[in-house]
Amino acid sequence: MSRQSNRTTDSKKMNSELFTLTYGALVTQLCKDYENDEEVNKQLDKMGYNIGVRLIEDFLARSSVGRCQDFRETADVIAKVAFKTYLGVTPSVTNWSPAGDEFSLILESNPLVDFVELPDNHNALIYSNLLCGVLRGALEMVQMAVDVKFVQDTLRGDNVTEIRMKFIKRIEENLPAGDE
Amino acid sequence: MLASMLFAIGSQLSPEPGSSGIEMLETDVFKLHCFQTLTGIKFIVLADPRQASIDALLRKIYEIYADFALKNPFYSLEMPIRCELFDQNLKSALEIAEKAGNFGAGS
Repeated sequence: MSRQSNRTTDSKKMNSELFTLTYGALVTQLCKDYENDEEVNKQLDKMGYNIGVRLIEDFLARSSVGRCQDFRETADVIAKVAFKTYLGVTPSVTNWSPAGDEFSLILESNPLVDFVELPDNHNALIYSNLLCGVLRGALEMVQMAVDVKFVQDTLRGDNVTEIRMKFIKRIEENLPAGDE
Repeated sequence: MLASMLFAIGSQLSPEPGSSGIEMLETDVFKLHCFQTLTGIKFIVLADPRQASIDALLRKIYEIYADFALKNPFYSLEMPIRCELFDQNLKSALEIAEKAGNFGAGS
C-alpha cells in the first residue's frame, strides 16, 4: 500500500534568486543593526541553530536515513543527502583528520552567495555563517556536539569555500531510550 | 512525561538487551503504538486493536509535525502545539487512516 504525499511544495519550485535576495536582505539588516562583523557572525550562527533544530525533523521525517554508525557516515549523509536536498549542491567530503573526528566540506557553489561581493569594510564577516549554525543545531538534535566553521570562503578571496566540521562529543543526556 | 515513564519502564523490563522501549502495547480494548524519532521525540497513538496501518500513520504524523509545528516560526520547541494548521492536517490524516484501516484486513 503506497503512502500518498499531499505535500504540495514538492511541485513548487521557488526561484533561487528570491532566496539569495532574502538572505542578503537579512545579512545587510543585521549589519546595520549590529554594526560589528563579529556580532553579525554570532547572530547568523544563532539563527542558523534555530533553523537546524527544526530542519533536522523535516530531514528525518522525509528521508529514509537511519542513525549513522560513525562520523564518516554522518559526513556522507550531510554532503550527499542534506546539502543536496536543501541547497541543491553536493559538497565533497575531504581532509579527514587521522583520528577521523574532523573533515571538510568543499563547496564548489553556494546558493547563498550568488551575485554577492563583500565590501572592504566587512573583512571579518562570515556571510554564510547561518549554515554553520544549521549544521550545529541539526546534529545536536541527534546527540552530536560538533564545531562548525568556515575556513575558506570565495567571498573573501579564497579559491573554494570550505567548511570544517569537528566532532566534539556524543551528547549523553536526553538520549532516546535504548540508545545507550 | 507519561511517554518517558513508559519508555523507561519498558526499557528496564525488557528481557532483551538494548531494548528501545515500548513500540506497541496491546490490550483487549486498545492498542498503544509508539514511534520514537532519532531526535528523541515520541509519537504515541491509541487505536482500536483492529486498526491497521498505524505505522504509516505515525510516519505521516511525523511529517505533519515537521511541517505545521516546526515550520511555524511562532511555535516554540517543547511547548504544547497550538497551531490550527497542525490540528487540521492531523485530523484529516486520522480520518484517512481510519478509512484505510477499515479495508485493511488481509493487506
